[in-house]
Amino acid sequence: MQLLEFQAKELFREYGINLLDSISSTNIEEGRKHAKELGYPFVIKIQVPVGGRGKAGGIQKCQNDDEFEIKYPQVMDLTIKGEKARAILLEKMADIKKELYLSIFLNRSKRCYTIIASAEGGVEIESVKNQIIKEIGLGEVSDELAQEVAKEMGLEGKPAEGVVDTLKKLSKLTIEKEAELVEINPLAIMQDDTIMALDGKFVTDDNSNFRHPELEKYQEKSAIEEQAEKSGFSLVELDGDIAVVGNGAGLVMSTLDMLSDNGGKPACFLDVGGGATTESVYEALTLISKLDRVKGILVNLYGGIVKTTVVAEAFLKAYEDNLIDLPVFSRLKGTESEKATEMLQGSRTKIFSTVEEAINAAVMGVKN
Amino acid sequence: MTDIFGLLKGKPEDSDYEKKGVIVQGITGAYGSLHAKQMIAYGTNVVAGVTPGKGGQKFEDKVPIYNSMQEAVDATNAKISIVFVPAKFFLGAAKDALEAGIKLLVAIPEHVPVRDTMEALDLAKQKGAVIIGPNTPGIMIPELIKIGIMPPMPFKAGKIAVLSKSGTLLYEISDALTNAGFGQSITIGIGGDPVNGTRLIDAFDMVKDIPDLEGMVVVGEIGGDSEEMLAQKIIDSGFNKPTVAYIAGRAAPKEKRMGHAGAIVMGTYGSAESKVSMFNKANIPVAKRPAEVPVLLAGKMEKSD
Repeated sequence: MQLLEFQAKELFREYGINLLDSISSTNIEEGRKHAKELGYPFVIKIQVPVGGRGKAGGIQKCQNDDEFEIKYPQVMDLTIKGEKARAILLEKMADIKKELYLSIFLNRSKRCYTIIASAEGGVEIESVKNQIIKEIGLGEVSDELAQEVAKEMGLEGKPAEGVVDTLKKLSKLTIEKEAELVEINPLAIMQDDTIMALDGKFVTDDNSNFRHPELEKYQEKSAIEEQAEKSGFSLVELDGDIAVVGNGAGLVMSTLDMLSDNGGKPACFLDVGGGATTESVYEALTLISKLDRVKGILVNLYGGIVKTTVVAEAFLKAYEDNLIDLPVFSRLKGTESEKATEMLQGSRTKIFSTVEEAINAAVMGVKN
Repeated sequence: MTDIFGLLKGKPEDSDYEKKGVIVQGITGAYGSLHAKQMIAYGTNVVAGVTPGKGGQKFEDKVPIYNSMQEAVDATNAKISIVFVPAKFFLGAAKDALEAGIKLLVAIPEHVPVRDTMEALDLAKQKGAVIIGPNTPGIMIPELIKIGIMPPMPFKAGKIAVLSKSGTLLYEISDALTNAGFGQSITIGIGGDPVNGTRLIDAFDMVKDIPDLEGMVVVGEIGGDSEEMLAQKIIDSGFNKPTVAYIAGRAAPKEKRMGHAGAIVMGTYGSAESKVSMFNKANIPVAKRPAEVPVLLAGKMEKSD
């Protein structure tokens, strides 16, 4: 899970990393109150869990009440990379001397944590020049290493001390909260040579959530995602009209790819996990029935041990209970597939022997 | 470099040649017991199970259960274990196994915290042991030994090595290979986590020198850069056996986790385009659909003849 900027900054504050004054709000009434408390000038920053906010107009300077009344709703109404504003952060304007880059991330290929630092921050990481890269095992950063990083960034005196201090706190945060990525970009040297985190990015390792009840308040899930999780499914909502269901993340991704190649538009990615039972398939259909945009359901199950008749039962029950009234295009690999096909005769579920046939039928089916 | 066949089969002069003992950690759980039975049915020599508090009992009236890995290893001298415990207990189980002298640990659980995986890997490195997974379907030499949860039907003994991040795609693609007449010499599930005990490059090292290897299939997915590293390694090593890849997740949105903890594109890092272009650079064709894999492999083989 990627936290929003203001949530990442809450954690930064807890760990003593220097920040500008800021307040988050979710509506303009609240925002007006905060504007008074904070005082002009400040920056209005959209809170979305994706990058590229500045380019998309999601970060606006604000000098007075008139500007505020125009810009706050403008920023609130933006959608960036499909993400609507979750909140608005008002943050004091900064008097910056220089922008740096600093992050600690889980280096998947090296299988260790790694520092990236640069004296040329403020741009997206792909464009950050002169990167200083240090592998740090499980995330520990010694004084010596932090000093070395500051030195390689070309810093001296007070700014160097500030970077050393920030880096050590960032390391502690990474370790204690089990982050996959903690990034400060830009990390600014202010006119008075203090160091401030102007932005914050924090990605958690969701598999360690059970050890971090304190991060639970940042979990933001739709009702349907929560239900999927309870059933042990993985669900990603997409904006097309064909729901894609299967067992195993790789197989469902593969089905999504093939559907898109054939001109279909997936409405969701739903992985019911390794096995497939009558209950799990029925549960998956229940979830899909709650997505309004769905016109058809594409099911791709590779059941090594699974009996396809068991899956067929789930479809029949879903129609019987009036849970769904949609056509299902299904490829079921497993045993007893002839019997399953027979069972489903006359129902709105069609069984195909290959996924390609099921996909073609689904794409044609939702057009009509 | 790990002699994986030495671990899985042994040498002809070994008394336990082609029937190396395997210990099942968590053998009395629902999942562990189901798959212990399936492995035994496949011919895997399951010599012991471990469930703390159930020592002294027998699994299926045959396989002795011990309270700890130390006891199980002392009694059986096995070097291989497979772990079925819940994710939050994985690190404890892995330490127990590695301290007891296990050299090949197959980690089935999904949702293991990355920090726990890295700690287990640190210990494995110290002990000269290999971890496969976590979040893997396992490893198998078809028709000889299965240490994992894969159904037996898709697999057939043969001369193609299959390395896969995904479980069901491993079954799907092996099935397609088998139907096209390509049996498998070994299949290795890498796992769908961000940090893998055995990465694609490590698995490649395990299989590249198999004497009668006729080809290799790599089943990757979005996230990380292990496919790119593998492609680079194939270029650098001059490996010239016919190789075909498949990458799942071309149509996945960015910055969303697609089921697997590791299947996420951040910016351009982990994207399908990056992986496909690296494989192309290594002269490895990338199939658009699982069913296309055997077709491309056959094409590659014709050319190399």
